Amino acid sequence: MKPRTALSLVAAAAFGLAPLALPGWVMFLLTLALAKSVVVLAIALLLRGGLVSFGHGMFFAAGAYTVGLVMKWFGLQEALILTALGVLVSAGVAALLGLIIARYRGIFFAMLNMAISMVVYALLLKLYWVTGGTDGIGIRTPTILGMTPDRQNLRLVMYYFTLVLTLPAFYAVDRFWNSPLGFMLRAVRDNEVRVEYMGSSVARVIYASYIVSGALGGLSGILTGFSVGHIVPELAYWTTSGEFVFVAVLGGAASTPGPLVGSIAFEFLKSYASKYAAYTWQMTLGIAMLLIILFMPTGLWTIYDLLTRQVRSWRPSSKPAR
Amino acid sequence: MATILETRALTKSFGGVLAVGDVSVAIGEREVVGIVGSNGAGKTTFVNLVTGYLKPDRGRILYAGQDITAHPPREVTRLGIARSFQIPQIYLSLTVLENVLIALAARQGEGLRPWGPLSTRAREAEALKVLEPFRLAEHASRPVSELPEGGVKLLDVALAGALMPRVLLLDEPTSGVSSKEKFAVMDTLVRILAERGVTAIFVEHDMEVVTQYAERILVFHEGSVIADGAPQVVLEDPEVRKAVIG
Amino acid sequence: MTVPIVILLDGVLYAAVLFLVSAGLTLVYGVMRILNIAHGSLYALGAYAGTFLVVVYLRTGGPAPFMYLALLVGALLAGAISGPLVERLLLRPIYAREEVVQLLVTYSLFLILEDVMKLIWGVNPYYVAGPYAFLGTVSIAGVRYAWYQLLLILVALGTGILVSLAIRGTRLGRMMIAVTADREISAAMGINVGRVCTLAFTAGAVLAALGGALVGPLIAVAPGISVEAIVLAFAVVVIGGLGSLEGAALGALIVGIARAAAVQLFPEVELATVYLIMVAVLLFRPRGLFGEWEVRRI
Repeated sequence: MKPRTALSLVAAAAFGLAPLALPGWVMFLLTLALAKSVVVLAIALLLRGGLVSFGHGMFFAAGAYTVGLVMKWFGLQEALILTALGVLVSAGVAALLGLIIARYRGIFFAMLNMAISMVVYALLLKLYWVTGGTDGIGIRTPTILGMTPDRQNLRLVMYYFTLVLTLPAFYAVDRFWNSPLGFMLRAVRDNEVRVEYMGSSVARVIYASYIVSGALGGLSGILTGFSVGHIVPELAYWTTSGEFVFVAVLGGAASTPGPLVGSIAFEFLKSYASKYAAYTWQMTLGIAMLLIILFMPTGLWTIYDLLTRQVRSWRPSSKPAR
Repeated sequence: MATILETRALTKSFGGVLAVGDVSVAIGEREVVGIVGSNGAGKTTFVNLVTGYLKPDRGRILYAGQDITAHPPREVTRLGIARSFQIPQIYLSLTVLENVLIALAARQGEGLRPWGPLSTRAREAEALKVLEPFRLAEHASRPVSELPEGGVKLLDVALAGALMPRVLLLDEPTSGVSSKEKFAVMDTLVRILAERGVTAIFVEHDMEVVTQYAERILVFHEGSVIADGAPQVVLEDPEVRKAVIG
Repeated sequence: MTVPIVILLDGVLYAAVLFLVSAGLTLVYGVMRILNIAHGSLYALGAYAGTFLVVVYLRTGGPAPFMYLALLVGALLAGAISGPLVERLLLRPIYAREEVVQLLVTYSLFLILEDVMKLIWGVNPYYVAGPYAFLGTVSIAGVRYAWYQLLLILVALGTGILVSLAIRGTRLGRMMIAVTADREISAAMGINVGRVCTLAFTAGAVLAALGGALVGPLIAVAPGISVEAIVLAFAVVVIGGLGSLEGAALGALIVGIARAAAVQLFPEVELATVYLIMVAVLLFRPRGLFGEWEVRRI
C-alpha cells in the first residue's frame, strides 16, 4: 500500500474516532473547520490553475440559502436531498456566471468574482421579504435518511454528517488532479499559449473547473449552515471570501490535505484570537498571508512535506520524492 | 504535388514597422522546407501569422484549400498544423512524460474529462514512443525544470509531434541542442515525418542543418521572401549571401 | 427638470474624485505592471489623514482658511510616507513573480491597511464638514451646489493637467514613459528603474490620498470606503484603458455620471450600482477606450 493511501486511512480513522477523545467544544470547532475546508478546497483548486477568486462567498451563500429557503418554503427536511439541491444550485450559478467569468484571468478574474459576489450580497440584503435581510434565515435540524437526531446527539450527528461529505470531497478533488482536466488546469497556469496550441480551449478548461469550484463552494456553505443553524447575507461579503483565500494560502494550495489542515488551524486560531482586539483581525490575516507568501509559499503543508522528506531520506530503499 | 499550405500577399506591421510584407508562398504536401534569414527578417512573425497567433493586416492563408486566415491557434491546431517555438513553450511544473500525456489527451479530445486518470498504460506507452526519437524517453519522469536547455527545446518539438499533424512548423528546432545530438535527432525526425507524410517547415539559423535536410529554402529579408528554391542554388546567390550571412 | 442637472453636477463631482484615484492606479500599472488592490486603502488613508489634520488644526483656533492647507498636508503626508514604504518593502520583491502572487500580496496589504486605519482612527465615522461649509453655496440652474464642490472639481482638473504636463515635460516624466514602454531597455539605457518605480508609486499614492482628502469633508470617513474606491477605480481604469491618463479622465466621467444617475433614478440598487458598473464594463469593454492591448487571440 502506498504511504499516501496509508496516511489517508489513518487520518480518516482519526477523524472517525475523534469524538471519543475530544471535548464537545473542540468537536464543534472541528465540524466547522471541516465544513469550511471544502470552500477552501474550491479556492485552492482555482489557485492551482493560476486564478484567485475574491468572491467565493457567493457560492457559499448560494448553497446555504438554497437549503434555507427550500426548508422554509417547501418544508423539506431531508438533509441529503437538501444538500444535493444546494450543490446543484451553486453549480448552476457557477455554470451561468462562468460563461462570462471564464474568459478572464488575473486581476480581472479576481475583481469580477468580487464584484458579482457583492451584487449577490446586496440582493440578499435588499430582498428581505425573501431572504430575511440582515436577520438571515434560521436552519432547523434536518432529518438524515428520514431520522431526526435527538438533541443530545445532535452535535455528534452533525459532525459525522459533515465528515461523511467532506472526506469524499477531498478524495474526489485528489482524483481530479490526476484526471485530464486536472492536468489541463495546471497546464493553463504554466503555459496558456501551449494549451491553445494543443487545440484545447483555455476558456473551456477554466469554465469546467469553475463549475467544480462553485459546486464545492456551495457544498461548504450547506454544511456550515447545518452546523451553525443560521445563515446571513454576510456569507457573500468580500471579507468572507477573503478569509477563504487566506486559509487556502495558509494551508497550502498545492497539496490535497492543505485546505483541510489550514482550515482546522484557522478555526482554532480564530476562536483564540477573537478574545483579543477585533480591530486587528484583518491585519493579522494580512501579515500572516504576506509572511507565508514570501517565506513559505506552499503553506503549512511545507512543514509536513519537509518532515516526510526527512523520513524518506532515512529509509534506504525509498523512491525519490515527487 | 498538391499544395497544402499557401499564403497570399500576407502582410503584417507593428506600429509602423513592416514585419512581413506581401508574402505569397505555396508549400506542397510532404515538402521539407527551410526558412532562413537574419534576425528580425520576419520568420517568426510569419509562423505566428500562419498559425493564427497574429492577425494579418492583409492577405490570406489557405490550408488544404480552406481559408484559415481568421482562425485562432486552437482551430489551426485542430485542423492539423502544429508548431514548436523559438523559446520553448512547455509545462514547467510537470514532468516530461506528463507534458506529452497532456498533448495526447488533447489530441484525443479528452482534455476536459474530470475523472479517470490521465495516465493510462496505453497512453503512457504512446507517450514514450513520442519521446523516443528525441532521446527524452529516459527522462520521462523527471520534472521539466531539471532538463538541460537542449532537452527542453526537443520536448517542445516532441509536443508538436505528439499532435500527429499534417503540417509541422518548427521555429529553430536545433538551437540550444548540442551538435552531437542535433543531427542524430534531425535524422530520426525527418525520417519519421517522411514515413508519416508530414509536411515540415522549419526556421533555422544553422546552415548545416538547413542544407542537409531541406529540399527547398525560403529566404526572408526585411519581411519579404527574396529567394525560393533548392538550397544549393539559393545559397550561392550573392544577394542571398549578403542578406543572410552578411 | 432639476434631476438631470443634479445628475450632471454630482456626476462630475464623483468623476473628479474618481479621476484622482484612478490616475494614480493607472500610473502605477503603466510603470510597474502591477494593479494594486490596496490602492483604495491609500485613498482612505488620505481621507483619514486629511480630515484628521483639519480637526487638529481647527482645535488650535487658527484662522479658518488654513484648514484647506491642513487637508492638503494630510494628503501629502499620507501619500509620501506610505508610497516609498509600500513600494520598496512589498512590491519590489514581487515584481517578477506571477500575477496570482502579486494579487495576493496587494490583497494582504489591503487587509493590513484596513486595520491600521481602524487602530489609528477607530471605527466611528468622521464627519468633518468644516471645509465644505465654510465656503457656502451657490445656485446653479436652480440647484444648490457648494462652492467647495466646485473647488474640488477645479483642483482635480488642475492636478490632472499638471500631472500630464509633468510626465511629458520633465526628465523624470520621460523616464517613466520609457520604463512604461520597456523596462529592460530603459535599464540598459542607464535609467534607475528602481527609483523611477518608487517615484511613480509615490506619485500614485499621493494622487489617491489627495482624492480621499478632498472628498473627506463631503462624506462619512469610515472603514469600508477603501473597498468602494478600489472597485470604482478599477472600473474606471478598465474603461479608460490600463496605463492611460486620458482614459482615466474619460472613464472617471462615465463612471461618475453613471453612478450619479443610478443614485438619483434607482436608489434601491445604489449599493450594488458600483459593482454592477464594474461588471458591465468588464463584460463589454475589457480593453478600454485607450487601452494598448493587442487583443490576444488566446
